[in-house]
Amino acid sequence: MDPLLSIANWFEGVLVGWGLAPWAVNLILSVVGIVLLCTVMLVIAIWCVWVERKVVARFQDRLGPNRIGPFGLIQPFADIIKLLIKEDIAPKGIDKVPYNIAPILALATVLTLWAIIPLSPSILGSDINVGVLFIVGIGAISTLGLIMAGWACNNKYALLGALREVATMISYEVPMVIALMIPVILASSMGINKIVESQSSYAYIFIVPLAALIFLVSSQAELGRAPFDLSEAESEIVAGFHIEYSGMKFGMFYAGELLHAFTVGAIFSSLFLGGWSGPFVDRVPVLGIFYLFIKSLFIYWVIMWIKYTLPRLRIDHMLSFNWKFLTPLSLALLMVVALLNKLLQNADTWVYVLGMLAGNILVGWVAILLSRRQVKTPRKEFAADRPVARPPESAPVTPIPDPGGD
Amino acid sequence: MVEQQWLYIGVFLIIAPVFPMLALLVPRLIAPKKPNAIKLQTYECGMETVGDSWVQFKVQYYIYGLVFLVFDVEIVFLYPWAVALNILPLFAVVEGIIFIMILVGGLFYAWRKGVLEWY
Repeated sequence: MDPLLSIANWFEGVLVGWGLAPWAVNLILSVVGIVLLCTVMLVIAIWCVWVERKVVARFQDRLGPNRIGPFGLIQPFADIIKLLIKEDIAPKGIDKVPYNIAPILALATVLTLWAIIPLSPSILGSDINVGVLFIVGIGAISTLGLIMAGWACNNKYALLGALREVATMISYEVPMVIALMIPVILASSMGINKIVESQSSYAYIFIVPLAALIFLVSSQAELGRAPFDLSEAESEIVAGFHIEYSGMKFGMFYAGELLHAFTVGAIFSSLFLGGWSGPFVDRVPVLGIFYLFIKSLFIYWVIMWIKYTLPRLRIDHMLSFNWKFLTPLSLALLMVVALLNKLLQNADTWVYVLGMLAGNILVGWVAILLSRRQVKTPRKEFAADRPVARPPESAPVTPIPDPGGD
Repeated sequence: MVEQQWLYIGVFLIIAPVFPMLALLVPRLIAPKKPNAIKLQTYECGMETVGDSWVQFKVQYYIYGLVFLVFDVEIVFLYPWAVALNILPLFAVVEGIIFIMILVGGLFYAWRKGVLEWY
């Protein structure tokens, strides 16, 4: 019934028929699977360039790429050829090793994240029981690539970008990890596939919407996308960490960022939207890939929507928002969800769902109420009314005295 | 079975960097290479760079790092609790919540101390 699985089984049979040892068969199957997966992901990354440019164009009331190929579909490939034949300028005084490792790290770690995302009920790369921690760890290494790039460039702007990236990463990691703990509590497992399987009756976004929102916001910051794109704020520090990169090395950062956004979409949909689950998926497992792709694409679109709608925050506002609002909120939500989960453990499903939803809404509402009271300080200094340039219509018009003479 | 899962991740960690390396190898072969002194200068808005590039930075970044460290260690303790929550008695759940509350207290202490301000 599952074409991909039957191909894999056939291939395994062929290898066993050659008389290879079981571990060698396993290794060869893993290598073939990984190479296929990485290739598909890179093609998706290239295609994401087109999606991103097309979507931003529509947000800004433009057409976007539309010359090369139907709907400009060939445009990203033309861009790649351009990047390949560009000169790779490495400025004087750089720290060579981190400078060259950074672009590789930025893309490779994002590819590695796909090792644990279950694509369909039958196709899972690796079903390790610490999947959530793996996501957090590998995601942090991807940010490490950006920090290395900023440090190695021998450029003040790049260093500032790297420092901002560090501050963003260590700050927003806290609410992100706490928000990730909530699906772990609900599924009582850290394995991604277990979490997806336990959402067969209802997706977690319906019972813990606030956790999903916190995860989305903090991963937006982790991605370094607007409104949190301070590490490459072009109006302040020109291009931030990748200021001295050119050619394909810049392309690696670009592809890595776009693919990371898509990957965050896949992680979000696995944790909160039910991943591969959907109608008929138990009979036709290949449909799972399609469902996961659609859900990830939707979340990717939401990330782009936020990016191209909101203006950039200031760094102190951004860190205040995290430490004074998002972190206490996520800790409070964690406590409420843990307690409710324990108390409603033996209740009916609908009581459980409604109780969780009510708890989430209550925590969010109270948080907004408290923060509104906190920020409602009266503005003392109003600017005085500006003098009107022209007197009102009713005022008598003083005639300009005639200077006389000729 | 568990070894097989981790073997897969190990192989993945080896193969994943190969793709960007290949992509970086191609321009090394076909791209032009004509460096000159002016081209290789560090970019700084058209001016020549003054002084060392690895400048001093705000101590605030460091303090945020310290605050983060507390929470990072806390999270390591909380994940086993979160996984086992369904089989724990109510007492253990409440105990975990008290643990989180102590940490929230720490956060508020740091807040009142002015650690979270950006001067």
